[in-house]
Amino acid sequence: MKSGSNLEKVLRAGHFAFTGELGPPRGAHSEEVRKKASHLKGQVDSVNITDNQTAVVRMASWAACLLLIQEGIEPNFQMVCRDRNRLAMQADILGASALGIRNMLCLSGDHCQFGDHPTAKGVFDIDSMQLISMVKLMRDEGKFLSGAEVDGKPQIFIGAASNPFADPFEWRVHRLAKKVKAGVDFIQTQCIYNMPKFREFIRQANDMGLTEKVFILAGITPMKSLGMAKYMKAKVPGMDVPDEIITRLQGVPRDKQAEEGIKIALEQIAELREMKGVAGVHLMAIEWEHRVPEIAERAGMLPRPSVA
Amino acid sequence: MIVAKRKPFDEIMELIQSYKKVLVVGCGTCVAVCLAGGEKEVAVLTAELDMGRKLKDNPIELGSITLERQCDREYLAQLDTMAGQFDALLSMACGVGIQFLAERFPDKPVFPAVDTCGLAVNQDVGWYEERCRSCGRCVLGLTGGICPVTMCAKGLYNGPCGGTNKGNCEISADQPCAWFMIYERLKAQGRLGCILELTPSQEWKDTTPRTLTQPGYKKPEKAKA
Repeated sequence: MKSGSNLEKVLRAGHFAFTGELGPPRGAHSEEVRKKASHLKGQVDSVNITDNQTAVVRMASWAACLLLIQEGIEPNFQMVCRDRNRLAMQADILGASALGIRNMLCLSGDHCQFGDHPTAKGVFDIDSMQLISMVKLMRDEGKFLSGAEVDGKPQIFIGAASNPFADPFEWRVHRLAKKVKAGVDFIQTQCIYNMPKFREFIRQANDMGLTEKVFILAGITPMKSLGMAKYMKAKVPGMDVPDEIITRLQGVPRDKQAEEGIKIALEQIAELREMKGVAGVHLMAIEWEHRVPEIAERAGMLPRPSVA
Repeated sequence: MIVAKRKPFDEIMELIQSYKKVLVVGCGTCVAVCLAGGEKEVAVLTAELDMGRKLKDNPIELGSITLERQCDREYLAQLDTMAGQFDALLSMACGVGIQFLAERFPDKPVFPAVDTCGLAVNQDVGWYEERCRSCGRCVLGLTGGICPVTMCAKGLYNGPCGGTNKGNCEISADQPCAWFMIYERLKAQGRLGCILELTPSQEWKDTTPRTLTQPGYKKPEKAKA
């Protein structure tokens, strides 16, 4: 056991993991975090807390993580390379571990140009790959990136993202392999809509022996509406929404589109559960936290395992 | 070469509004090639300023000269007798030239008439694209001759990120993804092995002012006037 996190225990015990996500508020109200979190309690093994997601300023990820711990929910601390240099990152990693945060997701971060401070200077002192290896160095060798000794190693289960759909497709599995080499313990993928392409990605990962070295959690985001599907297809970089999804949502009345979106997600989860090399599902129900209990129930994900 | 873009006219007018005798100093090297601050641009700006100040009932006496290079003492020396006749100097050189001019005449207010925009290639007349951030640790040998520090919007050393969008960068459909290009070029050359290993964290060399002394040379005891 590297971190002792609930997520790590669940995965190592061989259970099919189920994780959720929560975006912190654009303000200082802790109640908003607690309210969103209440929907997720007991429904998932760990909850990702986004870090200034889409380059828009929000409550600090580590702070929202702490609120979740107070609510009895295990957080997964997302950290982007955009907003901190290596000193700030290492300081936050130590602080997170000291506060009881046991999972981290290492990300590059969306470019500032997308967000609410488009002219801000992105830091990118190190990249997500280098961040993974830095956390591993601190945890396993007790060393800072400078080589100096860490007095009290952080206990962190190291996560990273993988987008099987961004170009060039044939490079994607190699980039995953690089993350594995850098020391990642688990992966949460980009939202999957193109299942044939995802099957192919996992097949490649299986063939390269990667799925024996890293736990892969498949990313699922239920479509709330036809508008959302069209937006994601057209506007979100690196997102692959096949026409079948659009057609299927078009085929039902507007007030049934959310239900159809959930049905698609449930079908995907059912398939992913049986897919060799997939260790779990990461459910990103964007501003839909209150629907998570229903999705978890209908997907057969409840009750969540309790591993000592 | 170093490329630059002339500042908006109103901004230049504001910078020098309280000065009555100003020398416009062009540079005949990089900024002349990129059509920002050579002899022709000096003439145009001088004429515009003259007209602009007359319209504001605040006439100005302008001089103009274009040096071969403003980043070289040898050429700056040409101004030694001339500068004293002016209240201020308005430089159309890159940031390097402007500073060297200011250093040469520490008593004179020196103002920039251009914004320096980087180290760029000449794609066509009037069209330049940045290629180098002069980071001080070149990795082009590993990346197929395409700079990830300059050409990747996030400066990633282990790209491409998940935002690659049909070969373009997530920031714009007009901006090719550097790592997509790196992949394509290395693949065509059969050299993908170059990027299979993790590139470790960069040891940044550009965080303090840099000086450079080539082998066999040494820094003079005191800079010659």
